[in-house]
Amino acid sequence: MGVKSLVSHTFMVTWKDLMELFRNKMGLIMLVLMPIFMMSMAGFIFPSSTSISHVSVALVNQDEGYGNYSASAILIAALEQMNNNTGMMTITNASSLDEVREIIQRGEVDGGIVIASNFTSSLMTGKQGTITIVTDQSNPQMSMVLQIALTEVFEQIGTWVAEQNVQRLPGIDESNSLATVKPYSVQTEGAVSGSFSYFDFMAPGLMAMTVMMSVMTGLPAAISHEREVGTLDGMMVAPINRLAIILGKTLAQTARGLLQGILILTLAVALFGVTIHGNILLIFALLLLGVFSFVGLGVVITSFAKDQETAMMVMMTLMFPMMFLSGVFFPIQQMPWYMQSISNVLPLTYAATALRKVMVSGAGVSMITTELAVLIGFGVVMTAIAVPVFKRAITR
Amino acid sequence: MIETRNLTKKFSKLVAVDHISFNVKRGEIFGLLGPNGAGKTTTIRMLSTLTRPTEGTATVGDYDIVKDDNEVRKLIGLVSEKIIMYDRLTAKENLWFFGRLYDISKEVLNKRIDELLELVQLGNWKDIQVGTFSSGMRQRMNVIRALLNMPEVLLLDEPTLGLDPQSSVEVREFIKKINRENKTTIILTTHMMVEADMLCDRIGIIDHGKIAALDTPTNLKKLVSGADTTILELEIANLTTNMVSLIQSLKCVSSVSQDNSTHIKVHASGDDAFDTIIDAIRAEKGKIASVKNLEPTLEDVFLHITGHEVRDKADQKIPMRRHRRFMPVRRRVR
Ligand SMILES: Nc1ncnc2c1ncn2[C@@H]1O[C@H](COP(=O)(O)OP(=O)(O)OP(=O)(O)O)[C@@H](O)[C@H]1O
Ligand SMILES: [Mg+2]
Repeated sequence: MGVKSLVSHTFMVTWKDLMELFRNKMGLIMLVLMPIFMMSMAGFIFPSSTSISHVSVALVNQDEGYGNYSASAILIAALEQMNNNTGMMTITNASSLDEVREIIQRGEVDGGIVIASNFTSSLMTGKQGTITIVTDQSNPQMSMVLQIALTEVFEQIGTWVAEQNVQRLPGIDESNSLATVKPYSVQTEGAVSGSFSYFDFMAPGLMAMTVMMSVMTGLPAAISHEREVGTLDGMMVAPINRLAIILGKTLAQTARGLLQGILILTLAVALFGVTIHGNILLIFALLLLGVFSFVGLGVVITSFAKDQETAMMVMMTLMFPMMFLSGVFFPIQQMPWYMQSISNVLPLTYAATALRKVMVSGAGVSMITTELAVLIGFGVVMTAIAVPVFKRAITR
Repeated sequence: MIETRNLTKKFSKLVAVDHISFNVKRGEIFGLLGPNGAGKTTTIRMLSTLTRPTEGTATVGDYDIVKDDNEVRKLIGLVSEKIIMYDRLTAKENLWFFGRLYDISKEVLNKRIDELLELVQLGNWKDIQVGTFSSGMRQRMNVIRALLNMPEVLLLDEPTLGLDPQSSVEVREFIKKINRENKTTIILTTHMMVEADMLCDRIGIIDHGKIAALDTPTNLKKLVSGADTTILELEIANLTTNMVSLIQSLKCVSSVSQDNSTHIKVHASGDDAFDTIIDAIRAEKGKIASVKNLEPTLEDVFLHITGHEVRDKADQKIPMRRHRRFMPVRRRVR
């Protein structure tokens, strides 16, 4: 059996599998929906401050002023101006703290701001003015984001007020007032310019996961299905290299996985504002390498699982820990050490890391050599185990 | 053309095929006749290299089924119990896929597919997905799929399973035609006596994984009728169990089987068997509504040889130990 017929038989098996895939309307819809669900769900579960907009906030202004001067009016004006720029909040008015609490509990607003009655007078008499931020504890994510954002806003406004005040002192004017009230400023900067959202973190991992899982689960499912309906016999009685069956099916599953990968990439860029900094070709090469490292595992499972049900069960058991331990959704560094050590032996971890480095930081091949080495090594070892195991399993 | 020697297959403890030895000549139609679970499918699967024998050997066209499995594969066509067709591919695409696995050139394959589809009157259906076909059409597809590589040996596992009488006749005619025109050697399995009788040059009766008898249909029947057997089908209006046991106790009667409340079938031997039986019934005041003197059938042969009727084991079709919760029992392929 020459290489030429191996290639041609492999191609036929791939063609047949892809034809079946594209004729399966329901399957195609799931194929497209799955990444969309994954991405948007992840987006809802882990909102980042940049993605938050139109949070409804109730504003209570109890400030009685000081004479005919009202500091709260300036504060609110500043708040509204900032809000017009960012669109972060939708501000409604309320009359009291109790009312704010009530409407938060009823779910009508997500949070509230209460300016105390003695706000201006405190300021004017050299005391601290009080602003209370009311949050909804039943939505910890939202309340945290709101708290951080509002604290910062009021901090800025406070600084501005302080600046105005110190400018009245001798030797201080507009040029050095800021440095007097806030002697230093803290800036955060990523290694790559541009803003960085949770999707930038997640999209590469999700892509790696989808493509690799697609091969790892698709292959055993496809083979055990054909075994059960009997069509596998049709290929097995033909004088072809058994390798052609597994190669052809792998190729078809890889194509399916890459299709989903491209879909995720498109969605990430078009809908979730992810920017790709690295080389597109390198991204696809990495995805393919990921597939290679996973195929062997899929084949081994196929060989041992006697029917589709068992195959799916084994897949699920392997998939869940992988999904959560490979740093696709959460950074590995956040995990306890023992989980990190599991994570360090999972090939998906390396594929996700490498892909993230390339996509987010625009890394080149030289910067991901460790990951490449691990993926290639894992792939070679698994393939070396898988081929003889499969050949034995298929003729019993 | 095909030779098996002590071919054996064990599934853990169960011996599915038990030291089977037979020869099939070139151009012959050889039948394996047996009830459910007799080991027919397992034998076919071993001959088609899909399952390795536990013991014994077999050759197809001088090639060993284990050592030269790939050469064997080139020679054979398999019509399996299950339909080997992809529902989502059209008739033509299915045949194209399997044909290309045999390295048939594209031009030849194209022509052959059209010819084969015409041959089974599916020419107009070639661009329709097989999933929409009726069982009869699917089975015809299943048969022509095995003919794509113009095999010298055709292995047919219950080729008329689940077909209506009309389609069964068509498939049988087709099998005969292939055998006649292409000199194809054929092994077919069946649990239908009529089918084996109609098609086969020689029949091996297989039961519990063993070959119980092997000969031409005529000779097998002579096994029964040779011993001047009389087979009577009697309809007795006032049949009683008493009457049945009385007939059974007659010296010339070898077996009595009751078909329903009025019909019995009696196997007997000796010249005066007929008279003796009729007299006995008359003496019991039995009202004989009709008498038929039957030619022996393969069914009788089977009964004669194995001592039980073919249908006896039908309810053993589903082996309970392989049954799984929440799952229909499936034959697993290994
Ligand atoms: N893969 C398997 N694992 C375990 N037992 C098996 C397997 N395949 C067949 N058997 C058992 O071997 C015996 C013979 O089965 P086989 O399928 O060869 O019978 P058959 O003559 O084809 O019957 P049928 O008319 O029902 O098709 C049965 O008892 C069956 O349960
Ligand atoms: Mg069978």
